[in-house]
Amino acid sequence: MTSISSLSSAAAATSAPVVRPGRFTNLGRIWVHIVLCAYAVIALFPIALILINSIKSRDAIFDNPLAFPTPETFSLIGFEKVLHNTNFMLYFGNSLAVTLGSLLLIVLFGAMAGWALSEYKFRGNRLMALYLALGIMIPIRLGTVSILQLVVSLDLINTRTALILVYTAQGLPLAVMILSEFIRQIPKELKDAARCDGVGEFKIFFQIILPLIRPAIATVAVFTMIPAWNDLWFPLILAPSDETKTVTLGVQQFIGQYVTDWNSVLAALSLAVIPILIMYVIFSRQLIRGLTSGAVK
Amino acid sequence: MNLQKKTFPWHIVIFLAPAVIIYSMFSALPLLDTLRLGFYTSNDAGVHSFVGLANYHTILFDSDWSKAFWNAMLNNVKFFAIHMLLQNPIGLLLATLFSLKGLRGARTYRTLIFLPTLLSVVIIGFIWQLILSPLWGVGEGLMTHVGLGDYFAPWLGQETTALLTLGLISVWQYVGIPMMLIYAALLAVPEEVLEAAYAEGASSFRIFWQIKLPLILPTLGLVTILTFVANFNAFDLIYSVKGALAGPNYTTDILGTFFYRTFFGYQAQIGSPTMGAAVATLMFLVILLGVASYFYFVQRKLTRYEL
Repeated sequence: MTSISSLSSAAAATSAPVVRPGRFTNLGRIWVHIVLCAYAVIALFPIALILINSIKSRDAIFDNPLAFPTPETFSLIGFEKVLHNTNFMLYFGNSLAVTLGSLLLIVLFGAMAGWALSEYKFRGNRLMALYLALGIMIPIRLGTVSILQLVVSLDLINTRTALILVYTAQGLPLAVMILSEFIRQIPKELKDAARCDGVGEFKIFFQIILPLIRPAIATVAVFTMIPAWNDLWFPLILAPSDETKTVTLGVQQFIGQYVTDWNSVLAALSLAVIPILIMYVIFSRQLIRGLTSGAVK
Repeated sequence: MNLQKKTFPWHIVIFLAPAVIIYSMFSALPLLDTLRLGFYTSNDAGVHSFVGLANYHTILFDSDWSKAFWNAMLNNVKFFAIHMLLQNPIGLLLATLFSLKGLRGARTYRTLIFLPTLLSVVIIGFIWQLILSPLWGVGEGLMTHVGLGDYFAPWLGQETTALLTLGLISVWQYVGIPMMLIYAALLAVPEEVLEAAYAEGASSFRIFWQIKLPLILPTLGLVTILTFVANFNAFDLIYSVKGALAGPNYTTDILGTFFYRTFFGYQAQIGSPTMGAAVATLMFLVILLGVASYFYFVQRKLTRYEL
């Protein structure tokens, strides 16, 4: 929707050559571009600097940090060291398993709860919605002392399962809100027609409703996957073992150890940034749409 | 199935159960249990015994503890103030500029400026640590380039500037969130209202102050409370840049790092889950106070403006 409306407004602006008084003028337009360009440089420069220097030799990093690598100064020694000295690929797999696992549970269970809350009238409906909504505002981190005890007593310490369960609990409140809002907009006729045909409630949900919520998954994913992928707190406390470390924790501990080895530090940071960059290049449009449409509600 | 509607609605229970069970087990009940644990103490064998408000008395009135606690609290207030004074106004400015009609490349700017928000705080912390490091000299070199070289200092290492520097790093990273929320709110401002104002000859400036800003006030309220909760719950940035001791000399200590040290211990002090729980409870009260005042004062007044 946003892309269509911005397209049409852009078309309207170009097809009306007369600038009405009050519209921002050409001079104003230039200033807007200068401000936005300047801010974009501020936002991107530090990241670009790390990426550029990660593929240079140690001398070149210090002699001329702002220069692009030349054939003489090009070096991948940092990446070799990181990949050799750590289980980076394993950490990456852990992060992926944890975030995708929790996203799956959040979407499935969140949609089920959202459906129950928006479709059925029952006593305690509003109370249940309020109970779930509390988790949007109250950070789960405050319960860490008891979460750790619980995870230890369930014998889940140093497992990815523990992280998946915690991130699912963290993401569910917002997901239930977004998904129930979305399910409420699904035309009533669809459900009524199915009910007239004697289709059961479970079949209605799993075969009609669940396939329809696909567009809302982007929004839910934005709000649940990014915090889970980037989190340091719970991996540090619940799963610090080498087999279960996530990328964020792995990079944090690696850099702490190799703090004087600049090639390795820069390469480790780049390795953590690059997958996100690639994902962002592919999905930025969906991501931003998900973010803005989720925020409107 | 039709018969079942008259009996107990099992399907509702089954739809709700997975979400409610996981949320209760790993979020709601641990939080309640933490509030309870704050009233207990544990001995070396790990046996809990009830001590009433003794933990809170220690944190608030024991000279060492209260000094550390109020230092962390004050730093946290400063950290929040930095975000309110810089992050949210900059986010508002950028969002307003994006939403100007017919601006070419608006989407590209939006995509580029949002990028740092996606990255882990840990990565961002290290990146800025490198840039500001006198060892590498990139920051100093750049400042010399524009004639400000003499003003460069190891900001992250100095007691007087470390917290401000970390605050600015955090602002730099998270400006994308208020920017996007406000941008979405600006998109929702009805076109007819703006067209009418333009037709009446109102200037862009006046339209912003008298039409757009009042209409997006609820979003600004939301941004404020989200910033509040995030800041009073922050930990990752300070921990990865300054470690659990939040140096130099605890000048960057905030409630999150104070909680971590109390819970897990540091140097000579042994960690205590029950004291940690008491600190978490105090953090909970601070956040609850913020959220409650938002709902009672801000949101109730603001909804009047909604169209």
